[in-house]
Amino acid sequence: MRIRLLLFALYRDLAGTSQLDVELPPGATAAMLVEAVRSRGGGFARIPPGAAVAVNQEYAPLETPLSEGDEVALIPPVAGG
Amino acid sequence: MAVRITRDAIDPAAVLTRVGASEHGAEVLFLGVVRDHNEGRAVASIRYEAYEAMAERVLATLVAEAEARRPGIRIAAVHRVGELRVGEVSLAVAVSSAHRPEAFDAARELVEEIKRRLPVWKEEHYTDGERRWLDGHTPPVPEAAR
Repeated sequence: MRIRLLLFALYRDLAGTSQLDVELPPGATAAMLVEAVRSRGGGFARIPPGAAVAVNQEYAPLETPLSEGDEVALIPPVAGG
Repeated sequence: MAVRITRDAIDPAAVLTRVGASEHGAEVLFLGVVRDHNEGRAVASIRYEAYEAMAERVLATLVAEAEARRPGIRIAAVHRVGELRVGEVSLAVAVSSAHRPEAFDAARELVEEIKRRLPVWKEEHYTDGERRWLDGHTPPVPEAAR
């Protein structure tokens, strides 16, 4: 299945891109998505394995199973205000 | 406009007009403003970035939670994104209530929740030309379903 991944702020700078399509086996979790991205090496490997994720614009645990077409974002520590 | 992420300059007076009621005797306005220094370094500007679609949803949730904790109060909240110079307003929170304690308390609590949970980041640009993403808060994530 194909997952649309969004990257912001520090993680986008590390990855050098704000958006990726990642191919994963059916039933893969958010944690597996993070690992797939980190295994690309270079700046990707500097994204922490426990990075916060949002699935379809809501914070979600890393154990969350993903579905084809989900919008997943890696959320660096937030600093609004 | 009661809850919004915007690229435009924030007009504090306009945010205040979104709260208030004939039975409300208190209105509190909080403004977050870009400061000229941080951790000993001279700041020229801050670039705010948001996951805009999600940030607007999260902000609406935080405002709804705050209003539910103190029934009867009214809240408006606007967060700006983009590059802001020193002195520009990044966040405006307005609260009105019957009496002042709940307006002060609700405004304070909402600002703290925004800092903990809103998917917004800031990159400080220093007067010496360097720039850096600020360390932030790891947002609370719901427990996995069992």
